[in-house]
Amino acid sequence: MNSIEALKELLYKMADDQLIIGHRNSEWTGLGPILEEDIAFSSMAQDKVGQSEHLYNLLHQLGEADADTVAFTRNAGQFHSSKFVELPIGDYSFSLMRHFLFDFAEYLRFESLRESAYEPLAQVAKKFFGEIKYHTMHANTWVNQLGKGNEESHRKMQDSLNYAWNYALGIFEPGPAEKILIDENIFIGEENLQKRWLDVITPLIKNSGLSIPSTDKWKPVYGGRNGNHTEHLQPLLEEMTEVYSIDPSADW
Amino acid sequence: MIHQQTGKMISEAYIREELKQVKDPEIPTISIVDLGIVTGIDINDKNVHVTLTPTFAGCPALRLMEDMVVNHLNANNRLGEITVETSFETTWTTDLITPEGHIAIKKHGLAPPKRNCSAISMEILESTKCPYCDSDNTSMKSPFGPTLCRSLHYCNNCKQAFEGFKPV
Repeated sequence: MNSIEALKELLYKMADDQLIIGHRNSEWTGLGPILEEDIAFSSMAQDKVGQSEHLYNLLHQLGEADADTVAFTRNAGQFHSSKFVELPIGDYSFSLMRHFLFDFAEYLRFESLRESAYEPLAQVAKKFFGEIKYHTMHANTWVNQLGKGNEESHRKMQDSLNYAWNYALGIFEPGPAEKILIDENIFIGEENLQKRWLDVITPLIKNSGLSIPSTDKWKPVYGGRNGNHTEHLQPLLEEMTEVYSIDPSADW
Repeated sequence: MIHQQTGKMISEAYIREELKQVKDPEIPTISIVDLGIVTGIDINDKNVHVTLTPTFAGCPALRLMEDMVVNHLNANNRLGEITVETSFETTWTTDLITPEGHIAIKKHGLAPPKRNCSAISMEILESTKCPYCDSDNTSMKSPFGPTLCRSLHYCNNCKQAFEGFKPV
């Protein structure tokens, strides 16, 4: 694998994560438990889908098909997103916990990519970093409030953390070209990113009165980066691409 | 390039002045120039090339603003070929909004963004100055509002809900 292929691999998994979590966030539009949360998840959905488009554009510049074709014509087996992002929105506590765990990972990913040797990626990372700060701020506020809320809110948040944890570790599934990306200063690598992530979220979770599962229970859920997905991704794609499938030239 | 109606040389300043008439479709009191998104104007013999930088990656007004630039420069002048490109080369932050831009944002009923907020925090967003009564005694209700660039606030002084332009 050469450095261009390694770069494409990195861009695909980031873009696919953004698109799929963006779609899941949008499922709260009209259903949020309070109006402000409805707006928050809808806004974050818009940010994520917008970011995915710019990442697909970078892939297009590297010779891949255009953003709409890449986003709307692949089946589940061709997606490089982590299994974590495709899980159904579930209970609101799960969506909040996923939002917290995923967005802190993205926050640190974009933070490090601002220094990427691949300049077009560094440029978009600078932009995304400014936006995602609002996502992590929002996530941390709610996890903190509900973690320390009443007995019921605490239990729901802890249950969601326990369920989400191994999927969240799956975000950092090592790619086939970690060494090339690190050697060429394109990306710090998944292992490093996971370390930074643990350093940042561990005190925040503790401060919210919640506990990370003990390390003997850590079993990262991998596979998504290689196109092995849960049964939840294909139905999501069918819904997301419904209009495009009826009329690929439709403008909306 | 020579202006085909006035016969004068077309300068970057001239184009910039023209673009002050192109307004943000979501905040129609502010021009795209005062918003700080016009990051390049290149003029050669046959072509005026304008570079814009996105405010938010997911902003749906992005392509609309590109079209508005082309349409405005085509409609009011004979400037040859107009091309517009959106580039991330200059990262937009709210510090690029001009002082005139802050006045225009306030005129629309929004609180202008605080300056130098690269290390944004909940504390910074609390006590955003109320655009109606200028009080600092306000609370933030949500960092997300009706558009990607706005947050929701409440003024404890004049008891008025208001929106703020988010610092990024």
